[in-house]
Amino acid sequence: MLKLAFAYMNDRRLVTGLNILLLALAVATLVILLLASTQLADRIQRNAEGIDLVVGAKGSPLQLILSSIYHMDQPTGNVPLESVQMLRRDPAVRQVVPLALGDNFRGYRIVGSEPAYLGLYNAELAEGKIFGGQGEVVLGADAARNLGAGLGQKFIGSHGLSDSEGAGEHDSHPFETVGILKPTGTVIDRLILTSIESVWDVHGIAHEEEDAHDHDHDAHGHHPDHETEAAASRHAGLFPEVTALLVRYRSAAGAVRLPSMINRQTDMQAAVPAVETARLLNLLGVGIDGARLFAWLLAAVGGLSIFVTLLNAASAREADLALLRVMGASRARVFGTVMVEGLVTAGIGGLVGIALGHATLAGAMGSFAALGEIGLQPWQMHPGELVILAVVLLIGLLAALIPAIRVFRIDLAATLAKAG
Amino acid sequence: MTAVLDVSAISKAYGSDRILSDLSFSVEPGEHLLLLGPSGSGKSTLINLVTGLLTPDSGEIRIGGEAMTGIDGAARDDLRRRRVGIIFQTLRLVSALSIRNNLRMAQQLGSGRTDDAAIDQLLDILGIAHRADAKPRQLSHGQAQRAAIARALVGRPDLMVADEPTSALDDANAQRIAQLLIDTARAQGTTLLIATHDQRLRQFIPRSLDLATMAEAA
Ligand SMILES: Nc1ncnc2c1ncn2[C@@H]1O[C@H](COP(=O)(O)OP(=O)(O)O)[C@@H](O)[C@H]1O
Ligand SMILES: [Mg+2]
Repeated sequence: MLKLAFAYMNDRRLVTGLNILLLALAVATLVILLLASTQLADRIQRNAEGIDLVVGAKGSPLQLILSSIYHMDQPTGNVPLESVQMLRRDPAVRQVVPLALGDNFRGYRIVGSEPAYLGLYNAELAEGKIFGGQGEVVLGADAARNLGAGLGQKFIGSHGLSDSEGAGEHDSHPFETVGILKPTGTVIDRLILTSIESVWDVHGIAHEEEDAHDHDHDAHGHHPDHETEAAASRHAGLFPEVTALLVRYRSAAGAVRLPSMINRQTDMQAAVPAVETARLLNLLGVGIDGARLFAWLLAAVGGLSIFVTLLNAASAREADLALLRVMGASRARVFGTVMVEGLVTAGIGGLVGIALGHATLAGAMGSFAALGEIGLQPWQMHPGELVILAVVLLIGLLAALIPAIRVFRIDLAATLAKAG
Repeated sequence: MTAVLDVSAISKAYGSDRILSDLSFSVEPGEHLLLLGPSGSGKSTLINLVTGLLTPDSGEIRIGGEAMTGIDGAARDDLRRRRVGIIFQTLRLVSALSIRNNLRMAQQLGSGRTDDAAIDQLLDILGIAHRADAKPRQLSHGQAQRAAIARALVGRPDLMVADEPTSALDDANAQRIAQLLIDTARAQGTTLLIATHDQRLRQFIPRSLDLATMAEAA
């Protein structure tokens, strides 16, 4: 009977193919939505995990969160370096990790921070060492792989946060790769990490030299140079600043007091990642729900098309099926043939759709940089895909049921009289 | 010896329209019977009764001693599957399957087994071995009717029933088909019951039953 069902499908290749295509498109849309929304939500939450508060320049809180946690969008501005000490003195604060942003290398953002930043994402070194000295950088796993960079690799950052801005290169301050991180599945995989001082140096911002490379500069007689440079930059308003501060509370009291204190008593703003990401997911959710509704509508159209095809085929084939009955096929077998055809059409449509969905996502990430930046895993399966497949099979089953029942009730003598 | 087909006192009416009344006859093994009569005389109705596609209002039909009447639809399907092969005037083969696969399907449904050697032999006798892999719609009328004969005979039925098997064919093809029917039926030991208004068949099957006159001629 399976063979017969395939023979009928093969006999009407074009229509069968179109039905499969219709379903596959619907399933692909559903799979893309499912993958994008779940992976996005997952990443959004994972990236913000452990960060209780973000402090930065006044502006849109969502923008502050996007730029300093997700490394998308532009920062809201800079805040004075003194704010780090101010927050660190607060008894409700467990940890403050400052960030200095502003440059990129081939689209990968260069983030000036402290080694503690790695701790926020439980990132570990795959090879090399942590950044320390002047110009030393550690690459996230994706950044290293996609840039093809190994240890010792030197490069020059460009001003701006994305490749396309192309606002000039900092060729007097090359970076050198000293470490590469293991993959973490978080935003850090796509970053180039260095010390805050290195970012300042690149921008000619004067700062008080600390630790080891202080001597380095002395030995090379650079210090006087820096003095004048520092004076010049101070004059031009280039104080040592940071872009944002990632804060973890020591106690719940911090959550109550700190945000309102910062927002009211300083020139900075405090944004709560949990609140902003919830808002973001909400916004995304509305769009995704709409698209999902559309995709299910498409799936329903696919089901309807199978229904019409099978119903048509069942009438056109009535004589054929009557002949099968005369040849000794039981009602159940003839019924089964029609059902199998519906199920197989839906099944192939579903499987092709799932493959198409993943392939489309992978293709889109390859061609649109913005999508690539989100860091989705296009080939990662999601259990929800099984649900989609099951529903599509159910659609096929339902679509085949009425034509199959018609065949079941066929009046042999009358049908044969018509055909004969 | 048990008659291959035994029809006793059957009547059939559509509403008040009495088509067959109190009809009796039997066909012994090795014998064939021609059902003659003009269009509308009830030949197809009788064929449908014999094959269990219809049930008579009264009377009894036995095939190889097994009752086709007084049993339910599934039992009639089963008896037909085991003992009867059927050929129709135009409805011959399952359209989506090749000739060979039609025959395989017929074997599979009839006995649960397939036997490619038997299929090849039958196609060879009928002269359509070269079209074994063609679809039914790619065949000519004559070829298709020969393929239908193969399909009906491949399960080695005791009784082969044919409704107007030659009416759509020209003289030459009708001759050829009739001869093949007789020859292959003999080779397989199958009894033929052929309903037709085609007088050309009389020369092949001497015994006939004329439904118009309701009199059995010798
Ligand atoms: N299902 C039916 N309902 C009512 N009348 C029918 C039906 N089938 C056949 N008849 C009538 O019964 C008569 C015999 O038909 P049929 O057995 O097909 O004759 P034949 O095959 O000899 O041409 C015709 O008058 C036909 O109109
Ligand atoms: Mg007739």
